Amino acid sequence: MITIEVNGRPIAAKKGEMLIAALDRAGIKVPTLCYMKDRFPTGACRMCVVEIEGQKGLIPSCAYPVAEGMKVQTHSPRAVNARKTIVELLLADHPDDCLYCVRNGNCDLQKMAEDLGLRRRRYAGEKSVWKMDLSSPAIERDPDKCILCGKCVRTCEEVQGVSAISFAGRGCRTFIGTAFNEGMNISSCVYCGQCIKVCPTGALRERSSIKEVWGALNDPEMTVVVQHAPSVSVTVGDAFGVKPGVDMAGAMTTALRRLGFDYVFDTSFSADLTIMEEASELVQRIKTGGKLPMMTSCSPGWIKYVEQNYPEFMGNLSTCKSPQQMMGAVIKSYFAEKMGLSPKKIFSVSIMPCTAKKFEATRSEMGTRSIPDIDAVLTTREFIRMIRMSGLDLNDLEPDTADTPFGERSTAGKLFGASGGVMEAAVRTAHYLLTGRELKVMALEAVRGMKDRKEAQLEINGMKIGIAVVNGLGGAKPLLDEIRAGRDDLHFIEVMTCPGGCINGGGQPIDMNMDAVKARMAALYQLDAKARLRTSHSNPSIMRIYKEFLGDPLGPVSHRLLHTKYMERKVLN
Amino acid sequence: MSRAMDSILKKYRRAGIDSLIPMLQDVQAEQGYLSKDAVAEIGRHLKVPASKIYGVATFYNQFRFEKLGRYHIQICRGTACHVKGSATLQKVLEQQLGVKAGQTTRDGLFSLEVVACIGACGLAPVISVNGEFHASVKQEEVGKILDVYRRRAESEGGV
Ligand code: SF4
Ligand code: SF4
Ligand code: SF4
Ligand code: FES
Repeated sequence: MITIEVNGRPIAAKKGEMLIAALDRAGIKVPTLCYMKDRFPTGACRMCVVEIEGQKGLIPSCAYPVAEGMKVQTHSPRAVNARKTIVELLLADHPDDCLYCVRNGNCDLQKMAEDLGLRRRRYAGEKSVWKMDLSSPAIERDPDKCILCGKCVRTCEEVQGVSAISFAGRGCRTFIGTAFNEGMNISSCVYCGQCIKVCPTGALRERSSIKEVWGALNDPEMTVVVQHAPSVSVTVGDAFGVKPGVDMAGAMTTALRRLGFDYVFDTSFSADLTIMEEASELVQRIKTGGKLPMMTSCSPGWIKYVEQNYPEFMGNLSTCKSPQQMMGAVIKSYFAEKMGLSPKKIFSVSIMPCTAKKFEATRSEMGTRSIPDIDAVLTTREFIRMIRMSGLDLNDLEPDTADTPFGERSTAGKLFGASGGVMEAAVRTAHYLLTGRELKVMALEAVRGMKDRKEAQLEINGMKIGIAVVNGLGGAKPLLDEIRAGRDDLHFIEVMTCPGGCINGGGQPIDMNMDAVKARMAALYQLDAKARLRTSHSNPSIMRIYKEFLGDPLGPVSHRLLHTKYMERKVLN
Repeated sequence: MSRAMDSILKKYRRAGIDSLIPMLQDVQAEQGYLSKDAVAEIGRHLKVPASKIYGVATFYNQFRFEKLGRYHIQICRGTACHVKGSATLQKVLEQQLGVKAGQTTRDGLFSLEVVACIGACGLAPVISVNGEFHASVKQEEVGKILDVYRRRAESEGGV
């Protein structure tokens, strides 16, 4: 540790770190637009400039390493003025659109204008006009609001390993675009939405389905059914001042009923269903010499990535639909039958941590006979908007429980929300299927945590089973390349597109604070540790649906409703 | 893959990212523009995403992404032409053709390109159509000039 002097006070700094990291730890806030924690600084926006004694010019604190005894002024008139000018110049080429903007009240640029007290339009000039890209089912782009900070480009390339978007053009005609500036729908974008989460403005957003959902809720002819994904209940509270990671499933269910949904289900139930099918498929592949390693299929961004970048591995993907789609399929079959409803009169909504789920729901394989499994997908963010529009506050609502017949869930299903969770859940059930006994220790510590890749060797019935968990799509390529090069000790691979898993999904509340992600993860593990029902195969609701309707896992009904297929995709990548 | 593309890739067999620009230039020289297929091929060859190649290529004025039109119009935006009003001229051309610089009309008849200086400053503002120079072009004349080529295309047929 070394000591530096900031605004006349000594603070501690770690040797070699960038100045901004030390400032941050000391609670001194310097505004940033292009800075990404723990990533190489680009120094593009200059918002973070400070004065350093002995230096003539202003210095970007995100790109300047600390040195013993250095004297820094973070909010000198000169530094503040420079920041003002930067924001004023950005605003000069920005639509005055705050009142109608998806990021109103939650926008870095807006906040900076306010924090710096800008009250006058000092620069006026011609504003650039770009076409919006509304082509994809999941992500919308409004380049007029882009301030060219570059964080989306870096996230897509460095974090996700996709590189669907890039800087293009030059000078004042610089823009962020896909290859050939085509629509996102034909680009290599996998719709993960991680770029939305880092964007400081409203230039990137999800394609909203709020209107369709209100429409259905107000249609007396329709029975409107909703499911919510395992990770939503531990993130939705963020918007209502609840501590990160507190499980709000109960209050959320009440809110959904107040919004007018007729039936409320927890996707964790169909996650249990997914595990029944997927663990059975794994055991079958192992026993019958099927294609291995089997790879999970519940993260739609990852699926699209395989289809377009590594089609040779499509046969390795589990044929199981994702929990969202399985729930959709049993709602419009089993549930409809049970309730005497026509599937055509059911409007099925899902609330997901994910933007790619919007794309998944539109895949033509995801339904039967012109009836889609899912009619509308809302992100956690959209759900929060709907709660607010209705004047509700989660803190004030009495908890309620989900509806039958999908009322019970095991915590195995709940674990789907965190990276490694599908693996843990599947191993519990696969172990049972292979040995007829329960695992002695349920928690599989080796696959927990935030590492990019987590691997373990298990021994079940004397058989060595190799497992790997890829935490974030950026880690997929290295592993697939290892397998392509001949690696053959793995039987089962979980890939989650978003780093940390769905708790950090592209549809979650905007904040890249990894501490909050860890808190959400911890919350899921705590739920599991305290629970009685911890395996999918012992969930009574699951046993009932197999007995009454599905027959056996991998049986003909399952095959028709719960399994799917993949197709090679030609995209510009 | 076309034979021409094949031979370009061969020429740069062991090339790295620093050969990107010369490769793009070769492709453009060969095809007249950078097609999606060509960019995808180069991307695979150099292991660079297509979005990045597009990003690099759009940094330079020299690359185009649409097939050349039957009549390729170059408008000079050099200093002399600028002083003589080539900016307005470009606007009028873009309006009448319904395309922006770098693009090709739907019917494939015209493509428009902005060039730095053709070296015919005495004729400013100057445009060249398939190498034929039109000197001291006034904005009212643009329509007439385009009509000349439209009629020529009609009489020659083949579009
Ligand atoms: S992006 Fe931010 S500053 Fe721009 S219009 Fe939206 S809220 Fe306002
Ligand atoms: S949604 Fe994901 S894949 Fe698509 S541009 Fe954003 S980060 Fe890249
Ligand atoms: S779209 Fe958003 S994240 Fe991307 S460069 Fe523009 S402002 Fe930055
Ligand atoms: S945050 Fe330091 S230059 Fe942008």
